[in-house]
Amino acid sequence: MQVHKYDVVIVGAGGAGMRAAIESGQRAHTAVLTKLYPTRSHTGAAQGGMCAALANVEEDNWEWHTFDTVKGGDYLVDQDAAEVMAKEAIDAVLDLEKMGLPFNRTPEGKIDQRRFGGHTRDHGKAAVRRACYAADRTGHMILQTLYQNCVKHNVEFYNEYYVLDLLTVEEEVTREDGSTYMQKKTAGVVSYDLANGEIHVFQAKSVVFATGGLGKIFKTTSNAHTLTADGMALAYRAGIPLEDMEFVQFHPTGLAGLGILLSEAARGEGAILRNSEGERFMERYAPTIKDLAPRDIVARSMANEVREGRGAGPNKDYVLLDLTHLEPAHIDAKLPDITEFARTYLGVEPYTEPVPVFPTCHYAMGGVPTNVKSEVLQDNDTVVPGLFAAGEVACVSVHGSNRLGTNSLLDINVFGKRAGLAAAEYAATAEFVDIPENPTEFTENQLNAMRASTGGERTATLRTELQETMDANMQVFRSEETIKEALAVIADLRKRYKNVQIQDKGKRFNLDLLEAVELGFLLDMAEVMTVAALHRKESRGGHYREDFPDRDDENFMLHSMMYLDPESSTDGTNGIRADTKPVVFTRYEPMERKY
Amino acid sequence: MSTPTKEAAEPASKIDMKESGGGGEVPSFEITLQVRRYDPEFSDEARWDEWKLTMYGTDRVLDALHKVKWNIDGSLTFRRSCAHGVCGSDAMRINGRNRLACKVLLKDLDTSKPIMVEPIKGLPVEKDLIVDMEPFFQSYREIMPFMVNNSPAPTAERLQSPEDRERFDDTTKCILCAACTSSCPVFWTDGQYFGPAAIVNAHRFIFDSRDDAGDMRLEVLNDKEGVWRCRTTFNCTDACPRGIEVTKAIQEVKRAVLSRSM
Repeated sequence: MQVHKYDVVIVGAGGAGMRAAIESGQRAHTAVLTKLYPTRSHTGAAQGGMCAALANVEEDNWEWHTFDTVKGGDYLVDQDAAEVMAKEAIDAVLDLEKMGLPFNRTPEGKIDQRRFGGHTRDHGKAAVRRACYAADRTGHMILQTLYQNCVKHNVEFYNEYYVLDLLTVEEEVTREDGSTYMQKKTAGVVSYDLANGEIHVFQAKSVVFATGGLGKIFKTTSNAHTLTADGMALAYRAGIPLEDMEFVQFHPTGLAGLGILLSEAARGEGAILRNSEGERFMERYAPTIKDLAPRDIVARSMANEVREGRGAGPNKDYVLLDLTHLEPAHIDAKLPDITEFARTYLGVEPYTEPVPVFPTCHYAMGGVPTNVKSEVLQDNDTVVPGLFAAGEVACVSVHGSNRLGTNSLLDINVFGKRAGLAAAEYAATAEFVDIPENPTEFTENQLNAMRASTGGERTATLRTELQETMDANMQVFRSEETIKEALAVIADLRKRYKNVQIQDKGKRFNLDLLEAVELGFLLDMAEVMTVAALHRKESRGGHYREDFPDRDDENFMLHSMMYLDPESSTDGTNGIRADTKPVVFTRYEPMERKY
Repeated sequence: MSTPTKEAAEPASKIDMKESGGGGEVPSFEITLQVRRYDPEFSDEARWDEWKLTMYGTDRVLDALHKVKWNIDGSLTFRRSCAHGVCGSDAMRINGRNRLACKVLLKDLDTSKPIMVEPIKGLPVEKDLIVDMEPFFQSYREIMPFMVNNSPAPTAERLQSPEDRERFDDTTKCILCAACTSSCPVFWTDGQYFGPAAIVNAHRFIFDSRDDAGDMRLEVLNDKEGVWRCRTTFNCTDACPRGIEVTKAIQEVKRAVLSRSM
């Protein structure tokens, strides 16, 4: 066991992690631990843009952006956080430009902007051009620019270091009224060096989780193979609740059968969706902004077209994204990558043929609860000193029950920066917390048991069964029946997981072992997500219950908070305690959500 | 690059559909996959392993590798992440050419012969298809891959015309996968050579109108291990999964060295 000591340890080197590192690295002794190389993170797969009310091409302001974010999230957004994000969006874009990001430009040389789903002028009157972009590679440019600036500032990276445990200690604290509670404090993390299998302990005053999402819980997903819910699962196992985990975004336009993302920018640039009858069906579902309605609405509309028999293709199981009325030169200039994906992976020529598409698991709205300073909360309002989270792993909550397109690239920049600043500021005055005794015991026991197991279960088999049940039962349409079906499968898989056997017995680059560990994260988070979905007996944003098709503000205008608790059970699942947290309102009263 | 002033006409609410293209039944087929294996923890010798696999229409080389790892031999080791050609993790030699495993469809290869997969060349092999990327990133860091602008920052964005933005568009596409550098015969024999990827990333800043450090980068690349080692074999251009005209970018940097040093 090797022990390292840093003021700040950042876990994850995607957009949020590197944005944090640029701030923290200039102020405190900082290390970034990443299970990949930094530029491999899935921020690089984001395509369409990053919204900010620059008003470079038409009238706009951050208040409209706040409203759109709140309404887009079906009013489950914490409005104070949405306001912070929309206000700071402008500086976040300008920061990136000054760091060198090559945005597309207007004829006057300003940053160009385009339309995106759910982003509107004056509270829903019409689509507005708010998304700053670099062709359909905005995420790639953000990831490269942030890495370039990490190089510039000599940020210290530990590449291919998997974080497998979060080290916290607890002490009893007495409140003013005499009652007591257990206050968590951050001590550091336990990490596994992929190159040689060695275990490292990183003691840190501040730990920033920026580990991304959980897309691999589902079979059809736009997410990378490596998005396995690591940070959420580690926080949860350390006794930190998870907020709003039932809300998963299914992006409308995944390449049919593959799930590869085709940016909403296609529709922002004028592409439309059609069913097998050639009908532009979004005119029926969202008469005002049609194909540029938010993603939950478009995804559900598509799935409904297929369900009602108007799907295209030999199995009538997808709809069509039609770009054929757009000029090829316009497509080449604005959407070069996604049209290449259609050609490469489906052999479809988007100039002349509509592209088969179907919703694909894209984004977790929920995650580790934080306040607007990116500080992690151990309950509804108690901060865990020294623990921060930003990006998809976190839930601030700026996305509520449905994230608007482009707001994730914004989230990672605004709250990644805040997390980096807050982590460095905390470390400037805080003392190191003593590492608990035997800090690597849990990790070593887990890994040794997996290496020694002769149980005969294969990681890939269990993972495939999980992904298939989640696609079948927990996608855009859910009901008590389908959710319980998923829960039964998950319970069975969790038992079988104890018998997972790996074949690679070596120390070097043992990805066989790590995939087995990652499956454990996926199973834990699938269970939490599914229990949360069963508990929420209403339909809101990305969570649609066929048995409760309406939004129910009276009973469910609340964030869900799921705790690991061996003493409890929720709706028949042992070990999970369900609680709620009030939504923060500032200026917007909930209204019916129409587009 | 510039914004078109003309808005596209509103598309029709309903059109006649032809029999829809794309998708459809995907026929299965058999392949033989051969992979170069090496794990110094167990043997100093590298070897070839071979598997016969049934694959489907849209499957890629990465899917074949996964099929082996997940169902047959969990010790087969390779890097991958996004699986659609944007993260740059899975560059490897496929039938002797550098490609991303997630971008090569099996049906586009000659499946009557074995499909041969090896690690990229010129970087130390760590295990199976995994190489040590550190020397590659070291060269990248040496060309100052970040914008340097010495003038006071304006409150809003720095202006850049669409034409100036277009000037370096091609080289912004680089995903640092090392397919180009590890396809270069000069790099194979001289590991000190910066290699195409580092030069591509220097180009991205040298030709960015907002950057002030072009001369410093050109000085670095005027070194004996710099641009002059390039023998214009075009392997790099052929290898680039992002379609960057790598050799052309290197030539432009060479010309910039000459014109600025005069």
